Amino acid sequence: MTKLQSKELKSTRLGFGEALVELGKENPNIVVLGGDVTGSVRTDLFKKAFPERFFSVGVAEQDMMGTAAGFCLAGKIPFASAYGEFATGRPFDQIRQSIAYSEMPVKICASHCGITVGPDGATHQSLEDLATMRVLPHMYVMTTCDYYQTFRAVKECVNIPSPFYIRFFRDNTPVFTDDSIPFQIGKAQTLIEGSDVTIIAAGLQVWEAILAEEILSAEKISVRVINMHTIKPLDKEAIIKAAKETGAIVTAEDHQIHCGLGSAVAEVLAMNHPTPQEFVAVNDTFGESGIGEQLMKKYGIDKDAIVSAVKRVLKRKK
Amino acid sequence: MHNFSVEELKEMARQIRRDIMKMLMISKSGHSGGPLGLADIFSSLYFKILKGNPKNPQWSERDFFFLSAGHLAPVWYSTLARAGFFPISELDTLRKINGRLQGHPAPPKTHGLPGIEIASGALGQGMSIAVGCALGLRLDKKPNHVFVLCGDGELDEGQTWEGMMTAAHHNVDNLTAIVDRNFCQIDERTETVMKLEPLSDKWRAFGWNVIECDGNNIEEFLFAVDTAKKVKGKPTVLIAKTFMGRGVSFMEDDYKWHGVPPNDEQGKKALSELAPTKYGDFITFEWEKE
Repeated sequence: MTKLQSKELKSTRLGFGEALVELGKENPNIVVLGGDVTGSVRTDLFKKAFPERFFSVGVAEQDMMGTAAGFCLAGKIPFASAYGEFATGRPFDQIRQSIAYSEMPVKICASHCGITVGPDGATHQSLEDLATMRVLPHMYVMTTCDYYQTFRAVKECVNIPSPFYIRFFRDNTPVFTDDSIPFQIGKAQTLIEGSDVTIIAAGLQVWEAILAEEILSAEKISVRVINMHTIKPLDKEAIIKAAKETGAIVTAEDHQIHCGLGSAVAEVLAMNHPTPQEFVAVNDTFGESGIGEQLMKKYGIDKDAIVSAVKRVLKRKK
Repeated sequence: MHNFSVEELKEMARQIRRDIMKMLMISKSGHSGGPLGLADIFSSLYFKILKGNPKNPQWSERDFFFLSAGHLAPVWYSTLARAGFFPISELDTLRKINGRLQGHPAPPKTHGLPGIEIASGALGQGMSIAVGCALGLRLDKKPNHVFVLCGDGELDEGQTWEGMMTAAHHNVDNLTAIVDRNFCQIDERTETVMKLEPLSDKWRAFGWNVIECDGNNIEEFLFAVDTAKKVKGKPTVLIAKTFMGRGVSFMEDDYKWHGVPPNDEQGKKALSELAPTKYGDFITFEWEKE
């Protein structure tokens, strides 16, 4: 495997915004709903390119989800986007009844997710969205690791005739994926091969896992790094294979420790191949204001936290 | 879909009321008052107003109807069966396991019935859905009309008012909302639980054209819909005054009948007040044969 490198810094939300414009060119049925944060979530690009297919609903996420479901009935492919908490927590009942239960293939796209949204503080740090979205039947759930992967995921999601949720982030972060890495929704990516332990990461923690692997490999620990960009449907085979071949698992995510990626992986392990697992996640607490990097360190979800978790899990490995 | 005369619509409304009573006597669970009050509106919609094809519910040229207040399902189920979307013999499965007549309308892909577009039950969501559907149809320059029916108690939910703003903001005029204004909700009269008046003024202030009509008078309701569909540039709402429990003397205008079914004795009394029609019941009870 070629060594993964950061080519540039770009935001995942920009990958979303640019993919929407591409989709708009290819498919006249794409419509985009705006909830007054179009510049932030980067739907401003689509609004400018296709004003007749952009619909403002005001700061009204509950209405936005219902309106999106209605667009599906008229044969459209609607994208509804807002900040993570307001795209999932505020309109949960609307998503549950009008989208998930009704199987309306709305694309719910959440920017500014996780604690790394930073200075805005706890009200705006969506740390529960993977939990609330993955518990819903029929819902696809994704969290992409960089600008380019977000672009690819958004381009591909229109081919999925199901309710679909994707979370991404505000900050400019390393772009390290390209076309040389096969990408398919629902299929985990093994970014680094290893035999002693597997780090299963999602979102911005994938890059942190890559940095952690560098540190650990210098200490002669062979680490496998998996990018689990799709939380649902989960690539169980990749998890079971990693458990059997490496015997120890660390999960890493910018989300509450309960009911996110770590829990999803633990469910698979418990049912198929019980294996020691350590969780790198926000530990059942709300966040606070600060810079993303500072918060990742303070709340224990950066590369150093991953290195510690790997050492803990190796002590438990049979 | 159908083109009934006013006399036939009235007789069908009475048959729908008989169906509702029998369905609820069998299910022993469900809502009596609201569905009875809406029989005239549903008869008018499905046997005169709506464009549709019961044998091809997904027909692309159909008018869309959304029942935002999903608990009113019994009147919808009876009407859909009578209009030909599914056999009337299925009406005895209301709220029963493995059935399609779910307590609140389910989507057709899972447990739902032909003629239902989307789930409802959690209140306040139908307006937004109707607006999205109407905007999507308008984008394709299609002539389909969209109807959404909301309960008056349901208007307590804020999402409805968000949807009302969106409709007016985008000048949606291929949409007609119907408010079932019966002044009753589960706990008490609407004005006691949460004051809605002056209701028409509120809708007007939100940018809507408002038509007040008698929802238990078929001629008046048909005229109101005709008028509504001619209004261009803004959405129209029909504030349809109805009586909860209409047709059954001891249920009429009494909020206590919002969410309960009749027991056998009450059901028999109700049916004795609703004369049989030429359309025939979906079931004949043993005691009726005596």
